[in-house]
Amino acid sequence: MNLTLHVWRQSGPNQPGKLEQYDAKNVSPDQSFLEMLDEVNEQLIKEGKDPIVFDHDCREGICGMCSQVINGVPHGGQERTTVCQLHMRNFSDGDTIYIEPWRALAFPVIRDLIVDRSGLEKIMQAGGYTSCHTGGVADGNAILVPKVDADYAMDAAECIGCGACVAACPNGSAMLYTSAKVAQLAALPQGKAEAAQRVCAMTDAMQEAGFGNCSNHYECQAACPKGINVKFIARLNREYQKALFK
Amino acid sequence: MILDGKCPKGPIQTSWDRHRFDLKLVNPANKRKYKVLVVGTGLAGGAAAATLGELGYNVEAFCYQDSARRAHSIAAQGGINAAKNYPNDGDSIYRLFYDTIKGGDFRAREADVWRLAQVSNNIIDQCVAQGVPFARDYAGYLDNRSFGGAQVSRTFYARGQTGQQLLLGAYSALSRQVKAGTVKLFARTEMLDLVVVDGEAKGITIRDLITGEIRTHVGDAVVLCTGGYVNVFYLSTNAMGCSVTANWRAHKKGAFFANPCYTQIHPTCIPQHGEHQSKLTLMSESLRNDGRCWAPKKKGDNRHPNDIPEDERDYYLERKYPSFGNLAPRDIASRAAKEQCDDGRGVGPGGRGVNLDFSDAIKRVGEHTIRERYGNLFEMYEKITDENAYKQPMRMYPAPHYSMGGLWVDYNCESNVPGLFVLGEANFSVHGANRLGASALMQGLADGYFVIPYTIANYLAKTKPGAVKEDHPECKKSVEDVKSYNNRLLNINGKKTVSEFHRELGKIMWENVGMARSEETLKDAIKRIPALREEFWKNVKVTGKGEELNQQLENAGRVADFLEFGELMAKDALHRNESCGGHFRVEHQMPDGEAKRDDENYCYVGAWEFKGVDKEPELHKEPLTFENVHLAVRSYK
Repeated sequence: MNLTLHVWRQSGPNQPGKLEQYDAKNVSPDQSFLEMLDEVNEQLIKEGKDPIVFDHDCREGICGMCSQVINGVPHGGQERTTVCQLHMRNFSDGDTIYIEPWRALAFPVIRDLIVDRSGLEKIMQAGGYTSCHTGGVADGNAILVPKVDADYAMDAAECIGCGACVAACPNGSAMLYTSAKVAQLAALPQGKAEAAQRVCAMTDAMQEAGFGNCSNHYECQAACPKGINVKFIARLNREYQKALFK
Repeated sequence: MILDGKCPKGPIQTSWDRHRFDLKLVNPANKRKYKVLVVGTGLAGGAAAATLGELGYNVEAFCYQDSARRAHSIAAQGGINAAKNYPNDGDSIYRLFYDTIKGGDFRAREADVWRLAQVSNNIIDQCVAQGVPFARDYAGYLDNRSFGGAQVSRTFYARGQTGQQLLLGAYSALSRQVKAGTVKLFARTEMLDLVVVDGEAKGITIRDLITGEIRTHVGDAVVLCTGGYVNVFYLSTNAMGCSVTANWRAHKKGAFFANPCYTQIHPTCIPQHGEHQSKLTLMSESLRNDGRCWAPKKKGDNRHPNDIPEDERDYYLERKYPSFGNLAPRDIASRAAKEQCDDGRGVGPGGRGVNLDFSDAIKRVGEHTIRERYGNLFEMYEKITDENAYKQPMRMYPAPHYSMGGLWVDYNCESNVPGLFVLGEANFSVHGANRLGASALMQGLADGYFVIPYTIANYLAKTKPGAVKEDHPECKKSVEDVKSYNNRLLNINGKKTVSEFHRELGKIMWENVGMARSEETLKDAIKRIPALREEFWKNVKVTGKGEELNQQLENAGRVADFLEFGELMAKDALHRNESCGGHFRVEHQMPDGEAKRDDENYCYVGAWEFKGVDKEPELHKEPLTFENVHLAVRSYK
């Protein structure tokens, strides 16, 4: 199939950017979206032009590096799918595709489709852990964890930290991302002891890093490639309220 | 030179405990005077940086991704081994040790493997304390499953994302230390040189991948946790950014490269679909707990797999290895799959595939249970192939996955360059010639959490902190060397892209130094790789500048290193005139096609010393002795 691409090109954080048009020819339906872009880049390099830069690494949907808004939707709109796992069979011959970087106040563009997501790191550093030391911990079976709690924690822990939730949110909020870690650790006995400090520290860090607040649009859940549920945001709010009384 | 692994003598059961007592310590007040550079933030690097920071050292950690959470350990699916014996099925430290030595086809050091088995149990406890949501049973206890090469269930798991969860555990510990100020994190940086001062590793030169700045960081010790090199095959299950670069540049500064020919070809990967594919995707070995491997009995049988009746199917692993069945180790399962396809009985496009069939398991335990066990894997399979594996078998073919070889280290994980430590997949130490499933996660975390904190102190205690400063002539020279190397790449301005060269190299490597190697194919590779390298340096096209974000330049440097490393890999494979584990020389096989070792002549670690590009590397040997496990023919029948 042949496609027309409109790709966001921006040479640096403080430079103006614009959409440039490219042709993608003879695209195989079995190719992944990034493989299609690879081919466009190969052509650009041969013509002596700067290839489109984009973040990517594992190409199996788990590292969370890839980050593109395709036709207005983070990761391209196929349910529970990252860009790298999006395949060209979801497009048709003659399609026009718009490709842009994550758009959010807290994610400044570094170049083309690459954005700075270090705000997410700050949130994690504020409290996304249990303060256990290496060594000297109890046997793994010493503290039982009911299966429902372990499963619930795992549902939250599946977050890959890509930031699609932020890109999808009209407020540029990182609430889904933050709540996934808060909920995972609050649900487990190992994380419960610090639950109150954690939820306060992480939400503070979220605001300091320039992320907006949640006003229940649920766009984050729709865009999340791992299907992280907004029920974790409700959990965060509950944990936050509990913390206020401590 | 005969190399000494400096393993503790005496009874193996107490070897690590005695050794730990003999190691020097650094007192708490002095720890903060030392700076340790940790390169890579996967399981080994993340765990090491977090633990060393917690102990009080000043740590600087580096990764090429935009976050420490994205290292490729994250992609490991199936699980992590430990000798907990929770299921009461006969496991013990001794059995994990034995299985790992045997699984590695008797090409690993006994003492290192014993230590790994011993600390495996601490790892599980540590991860649980961090909040890793391992699978639990209804009573709240940790659950286990089985993996290849073992007859006990010792694998702990978190759905199909165990690597992700363990890495996020290490990343959380690391984040805590960043907050505490003991670890400084440098994301989006790539190590391009090792700084050696008076024979000891004292710094690294890195490129800031955003600004293109090239600068040196000095430290009192360097810890490389930079993963494996199977992207030398171009198509592999590694992430796109995985490379041999950090290890190779250290090798060029004197670190020996051990057993580069030991590469693991994983039996269950989604077959290649076309010429323009950029990577291959693995499907966890855990699937072989419930999936049955088969190929049609008839050659060229093009019927839909569901239409092939039971008696016309060859469940080749169950037939050939009745006691281990579908859970035969990876090297053996891969060769068996290739054998079926070479015999003209492969399935799918080009006949390069075998079936992995879940229909019996679905009949036995129901689709719901299978979905609970492997749901995300089935989903991923469907996204890539557009086929529903609940309704028809998966198609699988072996693909490069892991490298058992790596930089040579002694029992302390220290390379032959004092002050340079190497952990995880980047070193060669515990997997011998073949790694068992769920053992990579175990090794990465063992090295990072429980080995390096002890052994690095022994080195640091003997050195003066802060002896080398950024303005040392060696640092300046290193920066200049890296700059001029990059400028050379940028100024060639040829006609072929970096990927085209990488793909060509990959083809040579896969056909000549892949699953089956012979004197003839290896000699052919040794002839063709230098020629391709020469062409690369004349005809590669790298656009853009050095002082900016330039992904072409990053890739060019990595491929340039693969073009040198590939030759060493072929030379090592040629010199190792035997078959063992993942290294299969067609000249050396049993009548039934199994690998035939030559213990009399090759029971050693082959560690290569760099003598210059286009010069013959020098081989050093470390003899392997087996006192606790008897050297025997490895059988899974």
